[in-house]
Amino acid sequence: MKRNLLLICIHVAAAASLTGIACAQDASPYGAAGWPIPANSVDAPVLATLQTHNLAMRPPCSDEVFIRRVFIDLIGTLPQPHDVRAFLQDTSSDKRAAMIDSLFQREEFVDYQTLKWCDLLRVKSEFPIKLWPNAVQAYHRWVRNCIRDNKPYDQFARELLTSSGSNFRVPPANFYRAVQGRDPMAIAGAVALTFMGVRLDGWPEQKQAELAAFFSKVAYKGTREWKEEIVYFDSSATEPLKVTFPDGSTTAIPAQQDPREVFADWLTAPGNEWFAQALANRVWYWLMGHGIVHEPDDIRADNPPACPELLTLLSKELVGAKYDMRQLFRLILNSRTYQQSSVATEPVPDSARFACYTIRRLDAEVLIDALCWIGGKGEEYSSPIPEPFTFTPSTQRTIALADGSITSRFLESFGRPTRDTGLASERSNTPSDAQRLYLINSTDVRQKIENSPQLRKLSDSAAGDRSRLVGDLYLLLLSRHPTPSEQSAAEEYLRSSGLQGRQAFTDLAWALINSKEFLCRH
Amino acid sequence: MPALSPAGETMDRKLTLSIAVSLVAITFCSVVWAAPQARAKSVIQIWMWGGPSQLDTFDPKPDAGYDYCGPLNKTVQTNVPGIEIGELLPLLAQQADKYSIIRSMTHGVNGHETAAYMVQTGRMPGGSLVFPSVGAVVSLFKGYDHGYKSLIPPYIVLTQTQGRFSEAGFLGPKCKPFATGGNPNASRFEVEGIIAPGISDDRQRARRNLLHTLDTLGMALPTEPVFEQLSTAEENAYDLILGESSKLFDLSQEPAELRDKYGRNTFGQSCLMARRLVEVGVPYITINYGGWDTHKQHFQIMRRMLPEMDKGMATLLQDLADRGMLDTTIVWWGGEFGRGPRVDWEPPWNGGRNHYGQCFTHVVAGGGFQGGKVVGASNATGEQVAERPVSVQDLIGSIYELMGIDPDAPLPNPRGEHIKVLPSSEEMGIQTKGRLYEIM
Repeated sequence: MKRNLLLICIHVAAAASLTGIACAQDASPYGAAGWPIPANSVDAPVLATLQTHNLAMRPPCSDEVFIRRVFIDLIGTLPQPHDVRAFLQDTSSDKRAAMIDSLFQREEFVDYQTLKWCDLLRVKSEFPIKLWPNAVQAYHRWVRNCIRDNKPYDQFARELLTSSGSNFRVPPANFYRAVQGRDPMAIAGAVALTFMGVRLDGWPEQKQAELAAFFSKVAYKGTREWKEEIVYFDSSATEPLKVTFPDGSTTAIPAQQDPREVFADWLTAPGNEWFAQALANRVWYWLMGHGIVHEPDDIRADNPPACPELLTLLSKELVGAKYDMRQLFRLILNSRTYQQSSVATEPVPDSARFACYTIRRLDAEVLIDALCWIGGKGEEYSSPIPEPFTFTPSTQRTIALADGSITSRFLESFGRPTRDTGLASERSNTPSDAQRLYLINSTDVRQKIENSPQLRKLSDSAAGDRSRLVGDLYLLLLSRHPTPSEQSAAEEYLRSSGLQGRQAFTDLAWALINSKEFLCRH
Repeated sequence: MPALSPAGETMDRKLTLSIAVSLVAITFCSVVWAAPQARAKSVIQIWMWGGPSQLDTFDPKPDAGYDYCGPLNKTVQTNVPGIEIGELLPLLAQQADKYSIIRSMTHGVNGHETAAYMVQTGRMPGGSLVFPSVGAVVSLFKGYDHGYKSLIPPYIVLTQTQGRFSEAGFLGPKCKPFATGGNPNASRFEVEGIIAPGISDDRQRARRNLLHTLDTLGMALPTEPVFEQLSTAEENAYDLILGESSKLFDLSQEPAELRDKYGRNTFGQSCLMARRLVEVGVPYITINYGGWDTHKQHFQIMRRMLPEMDKGMATLLQDLADRGMLDTTIVWWGGEFGRGPRVDWEPPWNGGRNHYGQCFTHVVAGGGFQGGKVVGASNATGEQVAERPVSVQDLIGSIYELMGIDPDAPLPNPRGEHIKVLPSSEEMGIQTKGRLYEIM
């Protein structure tokens, strides 16, 4: 008897999947009819590039897509149902811009952007970067404070480049310790990658050596405190240091002046487009998923930007805004380019990929946080090695995890960067079989769904009203209302699955969590 | 890995070309670079995480006195005349004809991270590339790009990855090990994701249909590459969940008596599981066996853990041999270093052994390695290599050769540089006699 019921349910599901195909006739939940925002300065150069490929700008994304996208991109967090409801009900014409501004004020914004910078700055305790736990905490806290205070980017870079002192007491001095090697060339490689978006080993040897010269007087010494280390300027030379800047200009640095200061002056000078363009390109890559120069840390003459006008515009705006990073975010996020729907039929050539929002699997940290949010309990991370031991409480989000050495099976499996090199490609958001096994069938995900206080609350408050239950579940997990065909297919499953108790509802939540829409930003 | 693929393709092409060239060369009997003939099909690596004590296992020094031996000053005669091992390994003593003991391993590094990296990759740390572990390299050369078809991943870790460095290095996610999780000694070995308790196959199918029905975004974007990857991964996952493969992890299919022989503990049952994985053709299995970092309470821990190790490893060797699998399966035992031959009696150690990379022991068996041999020797106290120093490059290079992987072959890397699979000792500037041809 039970077997028969199950067979029936499979038939129903198969029938429903036929109607599912027909759901293309539903109004798409992903697009909007007309543009709710004006074009901004970013859009003209993008449009011009699209036109050279005979492509038009895609239609605007719906409010539902926008709120989910901007939450994930800016704060690494899914919007909650009340966020979505309020936003959908808001009728003001500038509500998208207002939403962007409000997200800058969130703690999660600070955490998530700090995470990105700590990937780039290779913040981890041990191997092959050996910052050690105390210094990791100090460094992470310093980066976090800079993001929180919106420290101008030129000042941020200057402090990283020129700091001297103890790794515990002068956190930015750790910049010179978070390198796989202490020789001037290794340091120069990190500087070029971090601030110029350049892979130094692609340069001619002489130019590499010229850049390394600026870091030839960085020195290190221990103290009597365990694992404390002081980074300092070795001023023992008596002769001036003759240097050549990457742009070919030269100068002689007096023996008593720290060459790092001279380099920082050159790098952050308002006329140095290199510096601003590298950041603009990186932020574009973070938000759009594809760099104007791609990859974002491979800027070189034979890898030109897909749209030089756009890169120039962004860097001018950044310099004009006195290196206010949030202003750069604002400019991109308020463009039609960013707010295009990602649903399109025409294939996009590589040289126009920067111009369209790229669908990506959620970052490992964002995904585990989302799953933990559903499960009602955060991950507990700890590191028994190296000493001092580190424990983070389950109330702390994974996006706020300071130490790249502290890891978990999930983070390993879902491609969190190892923070060995600072290359953007270290982060892998490529789906794999092992990830799919985990999501589909692991005890962990099963328990998160079964024990979820949120899901329990939903089913309790719906009190048997299937229609409401399905609607609330979609809002919770996909930040939107179901389409009519989704609504009926889901209700059908609840009605006829033949499963006991909350199992059918559990399956529905499981199906939405395993959907491409949940797993990807789109 | 967008950065890897262009370089990787070129490298693959180069590799194919080289192989073609070598085939021609072999035909004409010239002495040219050629991929070695594979003698082994699989490796079972027993990773003695933390650094096991060589004096208390395979390189006893009963005459060195209490400061070196502590209370464990007896040896046991093995079934090979002239070879004695530690008194707590009586079962392994009966298998000595199957393995060779390398008593002169050396790299001189005493930090876990650096030493583990060196022993697992054969590389010195530093530079901007992080190299792959031996298992990742084997899964690259013996995995899906080279005819491996099974759904069971080609590189499996029982049960947890180390997490100390990324095993796949720059080879990226496709060469990452699949860590089973779970406990093979539990009544049901719940391999993470493959075995789910309490969900019938029918319900699995029903909710999979539901997933497809509700896949609105996926249907709107049928050619989106990320979605295609997700769909492929989903198909593979279900083939594992619902297919025959899931039975592979059901250890209750083994005779209870044999399970007892392996030892009813995580390590013993991991050894048994490793044999089952070799049977279905998995080329690389690591058993991550922790607990050997015995700074304190060293001798108490040896008395507790060595009998467990003895049982599991000895039964594995016997079982592989009984099934005729040992000839094609390498068993590799060892950690990132050994432990200090001189016992540290002072507080806070109170009779412990600390890290020691100057001279330590690894053991290899099967897959073309001869048994019943001792390679090299340590001095009277075990503190220095006395004969035939063996580097990690010599050892790993030998394993690669037996697996049919040429250490000189190019290794695809994100820089597109010409990097070999493994440098030789000579190229690393280390003075040794090279690979272990005396036991191959």
